[in-house]
Amino acid sequence: MNGTIENRDSFLEKIAGKLNRTPGEAPELPIWAHKPQERVYNDYSEEQLTVMMKKACEPIHTSVYETTLDGLAKQLVQLIDKYGAGKIVATKDERFEAFGLSNVLDSYQVYTWNYKEGRKNIDKAAEATIGLSICDVMLAESATAGLFNDKDKARSVSLLPETSVVIVPKSCIVPRMTQAMQLIENKVEHGEEVSSYINFISGPSNSADIEMRLVVGVHGPIKVAYIIVSDV
Amino acid sequence: MPMKVGNRPFFDGVDEAIHDSFMVNAVSSAQDGLRGRKLSATIGDKALGDWEEWRSAGEEIRAHTLNNLDYYLKQLSDHFAARGGHVFFAETAEEARDYIKKVCKEKNAKHVVKAKSMVTEEISLNEVLEEEGCEVLETDLAEFILQVDHDQPSHIVVPSVHKNRQQIRVAFRKLGYEGSDDPKELAGFARKTLRSKFLNADVGITGCNFAVADTGSICLVTNEGNANMVTSFPETQITVMGMERLVPTWKELDVVVSLLCRSSVGQRLTTYVTDITPKPNQDAVDSPKDYHLVIVDAGRSNALGTDFQSALHCIRCAACINVCPVYRHIGGHAYGSIYPGPIGAVLSPILGGYEEYGKLPYASSLCAACSEACPVKIPLHKLLIRHREKYVEGGGHPPVMERAAMKGFSIGASSPAIFRAGTKMAPIMLKPLVHNGSIPKGPGPMKPWTHGRDLPAPSKENFRDWFKKHKQQSATIRTKGTGESL
Repeated sequence: MNGTIENRDSFLEKIAGKLNRTPGEAPELPIWAHKPQERVYNDYSEEQLTVMMKKACEPIHTSVYETTLDGLAKQLVQLIDKYGAGKIVATKDERFEAFGLSNVLDSYQVYTWNYKEGRKNIDKAAEATIGLSICDVMLAESATAGLFNDKDKARSVSLLPETSVVIVPKSCIVPRMTQAMQLIENKVEHGEEVSSYINFISGPSNSADIEMRLVVGVHGPIKVAYIIVSDV
Repeated sequence: MPMKVGNRPFFDGVDEAIHDSFMVNAVSSAQDGLRGRKLSATIGDKALGDWEEWRSAGEEIRAHTLNNLDYYLKQLSDHFAARGGHVFFAETAEEARDYIKKVCKEKNAKHVVKAKSMVTEEISLNEVLEEEGCEVLETDLAEFILQVDHDQPSHIVVPSVHKNRQQIRVAFRKLGYEGSDDPKELAGFARKTLRSKFLNADVGITGCNFAVADTGSICLVTNEGNANMVTSFPETQITVMGMERLVPTWKELDVVVSLLCRSSVGQRLTTYVTDITPKPNQDAVDSPKDYHLVIVDAGRSNALGTDFQSALHCIRCAACINVCPVYRHIGGHAYGSIYPGPIGAVLSPILGGYEEYGKLPYASSLCAACSEACPVKIPLHKLLIRHREKYVEGGGHPPVMERAAMKGFSIGASSPAIFRAGTKMAPIMLKPLVHNGSIPKGPGPMKPWTHGRDLPAPSKENFRDWFKKHKQQSATIRTKGTGESL
């Protein structure tokens, strides 16, 4: 269902008049003379990107682990134990099963997001100590997990628990935001719907608002850990 | 005037500010820290390539978008509404406030949570909603501190930079805080206090760092996680954006977000870069069911098609503020506008007029550090000069003494005889004020200068006499030296 638009015509006519334009006339999107972003890390191999991403985790106070698909379950268990187990919530993402993690989720009685349960999901995420997500694109330059959230891959999972653990398939590591935006723009050009909540998250929430002193952990997670999985 | 901070005349604010040693030290130290981090993340990050090229890319994108603003706003609103969102175009601050008030009333909203937004400060939204009986909570840590302490922002990116931790602890005591002045403990208190507010609010309100025209999306660039809370749990979502804050596509979003994060706080990316596109009918539990976008003019169109259009290219990174020697000494409140520093001195007269903000363009040494720091190449110092010209030429109101002095100079300088007489008279007239070769206490227009330092006494020999004498001496030397006759 379409929404509403109010007061538009007079508003845009005033602007067009000042710009000496015919209101609403489509300009040609220029071929930009300057595109420095396209050259940044554009010749890096997957290995080089992984090294860079791991290095970028340091300044953003994020722990990072690397394992193979076979070792993933064990690594996840170790991490859950390290963060004190407790209540755990996970997004509904078929990749958990594809990555062989169903048993881990069962053994820790992980609550898997189910939108049909309504508000209960938010309560579960709010009381959980650990949230488990799988990222859709990883920006190596800034160690940023790109999550294309929806009703199943819920945003609350990487927001409300004190610790956020994100599984990073190595194949989704790209140099920087440029490639992620290209990915989204390609979808737009092919008429696909853009995810209603695209979240690029670089480590735990933080603030330097008090005397410019960095405090890690404000409203979002206080700890963030990535597990890179090499052969998926 | 909604964007006004305090009620003091500009120079009174300056006088008060320069004597506030804590504030001056805090501002200098914040400037140094932010500037250093910006330099490391821009010129200092060799992997980025040529930072100047990044600036040119930003300038090119912003100029194209502003030159075709009506088209991109149409595209943005079409896509936003096609996804089920509601768009309201507000020509004035009042229209924007009234619309938001109406939405809150319809929803019977009692609890509103807000993420940091300069434009909602600009339109004084909180006061209006509070009058309607809503509890309006600022959730950005700095804004939360200011709200609890009934204070106002003094920096675009770090609004509470003028407050120290002891003051913050005292402010938090009003809410029952019993802890220390450790920033971590103070932030922990804000986390605890606000968590249930986020989860139970009726309406969430944010600003907009950038909108993406070709999909009707809103991008928020933050660090604390509060904007994600505000955009996830309340059933009704309202985004308020200045009408110039958009880009054509996601590809351009990449460039402006990179410029913003690196120039404002020296991060490669802030902790959260969140892109929201309406989808009110979806089954998602943690997503608004009703989404409104309010696009605000409120004086911005005054700059379109004028010498000041490039001021609307601003991406609110505050890099200009962080290098300004005037801001360093007077802080943000002295400007009397929620937009301080060089960009504030350019933007405030555009939005609020010369009557209120005509003196701000004089709060600059014209050193051009601001123009050099700007990631989208706004020629800020040139715009400050243009404002001064317009202020004096047109409806400006320079002080009576200044006007009289300028009039006198104009008469004197247009007649060689009067000019000559004037330069001869000056040392004699000023003699009573001279003490040990300088003037320590000057009257009238000299007063502000001599308040801070001594004015050198005028030489008994004026330039014309000096030049005449030296020309003769020089001719004599040359004639003797070469043996040639002149």
